[in-house]
Amino acid sequence: MRAIENEFVRRFVVPAVASTALYWILVSIAYRNDYYMYVLTMCAINVIGATSLNLINGFTGQFSLGHAGFMAVGAYVAGSLTKFGHWPFVGALLAGMAGAAVAGFLVGLPTLRLRGDYLAIATLGFGEIIRMLIINSDKLGLKFLEGPRGVPGIKRYSTFGWAFFFAVVTVWILANYIWSTHGRACGAVKEDEVAAEAMGVGTTTYKVMSFTIGASFAGLAGGLHAHLLQLLHPASYDFLKSCDFLVMIVVGGMGNLTGSVLGALFVTLITEALRKLLELRMLAYAVGLICVMLFRPEGLFGTREFSLGALRFLAPRRPVSQVGGDKSGAT
Amino acid sequence: MALLETKDLTINFGGLTAVSGLNLALNTGDLHGLIGPNGAGKTTVFNMITGVYLPSSGSIIFDNHNIIGLQPHEITKLGIARTFQNIRLFKGLSVLDNIRIALHMRANCSVPAAVFRLPQYYREEHRIKQRAMELLKIFGLQDLAEKTAGSLPYGQQRRLEIARALATDPKLLLLDEPAAGMNPQETKELMALIRWIRKEFGLTILLIEHHMEVVMGVCEHIKVLDYGVTIAEGPPEEIKKHPKVIEAYLGEEIKSA
Repeated sequence: MRAIENEFVRRFVVPAVASTALYWILVSIAYRNDYYMYVLTMCAINVIGATSLNLINGFTGQFSLGHAGFMAVGAYVAGSLTKFGHWPFVGALLAGMAGAAVAGFLVGLPTLRLRGDYLAIATLGFGEIIRMLIINSDKLGLKFLEGPRGVPGIKRYSTFGWAFFFAVVTVWILANYIWSTHGRACGAVKEDEVAAEAMGVGTTTYKVMSFTIGASFAGLAGGLHAHLLQLLHPASYDFLKSCDFLVMIVVGGMGNLTGSVLGALFVTLITEALRKLLELRMLAYAVGLICVMLFRPEGLFGTREFSLGALRFLAPRRPVSQVGGDKSGAT
Repeated sequence: MALLETKDLTINFGGLTAVSGLNLALNTGDLHGLIGPNGAGKTTVFNMITGVYLPSSGSIIFDNHNIIGLQPHEITKLGIARTFQNIRLFKGLSVLDNIRIALHMRANCSVPAAVFRLPQYYREEHRIKQRAMELLKIFGLQDLAEKTAGSLPYGQQRRLEIARALATDPKLLLLDEPAAGMNPQETKELMALIRWIRKEFGLTILLIEHHMEVVMGVCEHIKVLDYGVTIAEGPPEEIKKHPKVIEAYLGEEIKSA
């Protein structure tokens, strides 16, 4: 019983307390500065996008380049529900997630038979198809989506508080999924599909499941993004957006959840910090990426995950037998 | 009623008939060997039984189920486990995780239970870990549990692969050249291990092997394939002397005038 209580503290209480504390620290730093608040909100949204892409690319080994497409689905569903349907914000976000999950499932089912480069090209194509459908939405009977002009006048519901809350929940859920028997099945799919099948892991099931879960959280990021920019626009969700997420998880380390959180923060903050350089910005960004790949090809954080065990040095020393030996998750 | 029965099993790759008219019958508890020169179609037989290849014609009945057309993981769930000729461990994962993945199939933990860490999750994770450690102990790998599977020496990788196959709780175990690349000492240990796991786990075993000492030493019944066709079958003593087998392995005797 004690072990379960300890687990409860480790899994629920500590993450809740730690993230609340982190929230208040960040808010007190950014207090009354709209720009800082905006950057922090963007960070939280990108954390959601990057970690969910890492579930697909890093942990299940299915190279997807269509993440922005699912973000667009979430953004358009959530945005039009609050604007035209007068839905409550959270309800609309969840509907956006559901929409993106359906899209992910429908895209995943046929494309996940493909491997490696072929899958990358197929998902890239699907991302673009979603964007093209939106651009032509006014001709397809969805007049209110205004096609390429986009939908202005979305309410700014995405406060830093909401974005932060959803980012924490996302990372928590993904960590729990990844460090469970289902997450290990995904790892088996990534390592060797033939062996995974021979060990009784339904590879198609797990590929589609990871893809659907990843897509749904991309939809969540999209919903938050739309209510931050106050605009639904197809150009916000193009191929470059997918690449941004890819850069975040590669910089952070493929198959490393802590890495993709920090990679998302790193890339978002660097992009903002480089604004002063004007035209040279993209050049500096590119040089930075090349340097990361040259000197840390495994990503900035390699394979090391943050866990409560890493904070052990803060606590008084205990006999080794009491320290949980199991690999525990991030958050 | 045989545990595994194949009738007229045939597979063509384009114009090539890799296996033709194969009849196998294994009863519960049998330990049979499948031998033949390189390219005889032995591994192809395994791939058909485990659902990797779809046979062109013939039938495979396992434990009263017609398993033709099933996905490999469905066949594993019915109780057929295998090892691979060229070891296919999850090399980047830990030794423990390799076993835990094989235990996943029979674990009773839903995705919501895992995501929201419900009591079911803790119960199953505990059970999985215990069982995995038990298996590792049997194979003498318990101290290596946290090591990456790919970092183990060759012999231990072979043992881990057998342990992983056993973790799926099979009725029938297919071993594809388990002694390949082993030294004489390791081979001896392997033979003892095969006999022991058959008794301990109540298994039926079908073995592919090039190593004649192993085949002749452990198998009760041997089937010889050459170019996909069964050329001989019987107990080891008979096979050793069978002229067609000697011909397939060594070539035809030159008739002296």
